[in-house]
Amino acid sequence: MRILIIEDDSETAAYVSKGLGENGYVVDVASNGKEGLVRAIGEDYDLTIVDRMLPEVDGLTIVETLRKAEKDIPIIFLSALGGVNDRVKGLRSGGDDYLVKPFAFSELLARVEALLRRPASRVVETSLRVAELEMDLLTRQVTRAGQIIELQPREFRLLEYLMRHAGQVVTRTMLLENVWDYHFDPQTNVIDVHVSRLRQKIDKNFESALLHTIRGAGYSLRETG
Amino acid sequence: MNSVPHADPTAAHYNRRLFHSRIFRLAVIYIFLFTVSVLGLLSFVYWSATESVTRQIDSTINAEITGLAEQFNQRGLIGLVQAIERRTETAETSRGLYILADQSYERIAGNLSRWPDEKPDSEGWITFRLEYPEDAGNNTNFGRARMFDLGRRFHLLVGHDIEERSRIAASIRGTLIWSVVVVIGVSLVGGIMMSRSLLKQIDSINETSREIMAGDLSRRIPIGERGDEIDEVAGNLNAMLDQIERLLAGMSEISDNIAHDLRTPISRLRTGLESALIGQADPEDYRDSIRGAIEEADSILKTFNALLSIAQAEAGATEVHQFEPVDLQALLQDVGDLYEPLAEDQGIQLKLELASDALLKGDRNLLFQAVANLTDNALKFSPAGSEVILSLKLGAADAAADENAVVQVADQGPGIPENEHERVLERFQRLEASRSTPGNGLGLSLVSAVAKLHGGALRLENNEPGLRATLSLPLSVGR
Repeated sequence: MRILIIEDDSETAAYVSKGLGENGYVVDVASNGKEGLVRAIGEDYDLTIVDRMLPEVDGLTIVETLRKAEKDIPIIFLSALGGVNDRVKGLRSGGDDYLVKPFAFSELLARVEALLRRPASRVVETSLRVAELEMDLLTRQVTRAGQIIELQPREFRLLEYLMRHAGQVVTRTMLLENVWDYHFDPQTNVIDVHVSRLRQKIDKNFESALLHTIRGAGYSLRETG
Repeated sequence: MNSVPHADPTAAHYNRRLFHSRIFRLAVIYIFLFTVSVLGLLSFVYWSATESVTRQIDSTINAEITGLAEQFNQRGLIGLVQAIERRTETAETSRGLYILADQSYERIAGNLSRWPDEKPDSEGWITFRLEYPEDAGNNTNFGRARMFDLGRRFHLLVGHDIEERSRIAASIRGTLIWSVVVVIGVSLVGGIMMSRSLLKQIDSINETSREIMAGDLSRRIPIGERGDEIDEVAGNLNAMLDQIERLLAGMSEISDNIAHDLRTPISRLRTGLESALIGQADPEDYRDSIRGAIEEADSILKTFNALLSIAQAEAGATEVHQFEPVDLQALLQDVGDLYEPLAEDQGIQLKLELASDALLKGDRNLLFQAVANLTDNALKFSPAGSEVILSLKLGAADAAADENAVVQVADQGPGIPENEHERVLERFQRLEASRSTPGNGLGLSLVSAVAKLHGGALRLENNEPGLRATLSLPLSVGR
């Protein structure tokens, strides 16, 4: 998997590329907007990480140009501009995700993985499956090893999101944004309580745990071993 | 006119500016229009006055001719001559002119020395030159007269010295010229005075702006007593300056608070890292220290973000916030949904009482954050077995006020002493009793700032026992 980082701050670029490299990605860094745009158009990358404020060509323009050139690669914005409006602008211009600086590397990694494992085709799925845990999206029934699990509507959506991103790390902010659809900073561990309830329901009576807590990052739904 | 000259307003400079000022240009245009209209008016007066004097003279002459002709018819030439002589005696004052002549225009009687040479018009009217013997040709007057034939043998001329008419005309002309001169003079002086006074007011605004630009933000533009539009402009500018000053004061307060409250965790972070550097050699201990440092840094970031949100909400920076229609009922439902499991874990009953739906324009994320903060607080301080009630209803503070959406979060915890209600809304204010619980002391300030951003207010009341936080948001805010 090749990732292009367009970032003028060499320290951030080095930090991100080192982290992604350790996680098995091949990373190229472009230090100004012009170079970044040329490389993003001319070469084949699987994902691009773009800083919003760049010398020569700014991030928004790069993304707009890429989208006009019908480059369909996933794009993550990195920005010090964290207002809601800035996010909306970034996403409207064609970005797939928006991360405000400073950010935790685990957060960025989780988002990179989420975007890279996004199903390539837009085929509508009717069921999801992780190990012996099954979710029927039409009847909204969840079973594990044939045993029916009763879920509240919100728990269902939480599990659905986790299952769609099975094997990946999902951060608390990602859950808030995608399951609750609010962008805010909870003062307490509200999300943890929801996750532990879900865990009670899907893991408690079974031998192996599927829902794991990743320390300092978030959660991950995956088969052990 | 858009640059502010920095030189001292010396007299010459001042005058040059005066003549270039907009108001002076307007005054000149006004003077021109006024002069033209005064000229028009006086010309009409002049024309109608001379016309009426002429008509009066003509009718007098006609009447005299009729009278004299009658004398001639009744009493013949003798009677006519006598009548003419009687009239010439009083001619000194009446300014009448008479001459009676024979067939060959030789004078028979009258106060003219000879028959005038000028040719009459079809009705016999002539205007001719008069010379009075006592003047010795210094003064030329004009006479207006009418010729009349008495039978075949005699010619009669009756006229009037029209010197008086000329005098009236001349005096009206004089008046006319003088009025125009006076009008122009007075309006010019008035225009200059007007421009000067306006220029002075504008200068005082400019001067104050320069002082403010130079750094003295406490300066205000002096406002006159007349309450005219310039005063209104000055008043608005002052109000704007007040607002700017308030915002700046807020900013400096924020930076003071940041300095104060971020210094502690940052120095804690530093100490932690430093002691990790000196002490242990075991990799696992290093990892622990690093983890601790990251947690510390995260909490600093969190505080920082909260401060930023408060500052943005307080500054009313609408370009940062997305105002869109928000369904408060759904939003409260979501808050309840998010916090219900947490409440249950603590043995607290979280009740939702959503009496009505309320749609208002706002920033849904900030509103969610506000209600979540209130709920968070309520849950944090409530004992197990108690109730937290999250309610929404419509209401107005008084009949005249706009309808408000009233969001209440009521708990049965220890509450906040009445005299502390104001203080806890300030940034970083935490009651001594709560120092040990997690939180950065910004929760309620953020709620208050969000309320203000939406044109509403946050009120804290005693729930006996516990605390009742009331967030009232006007429904009519439509930014």
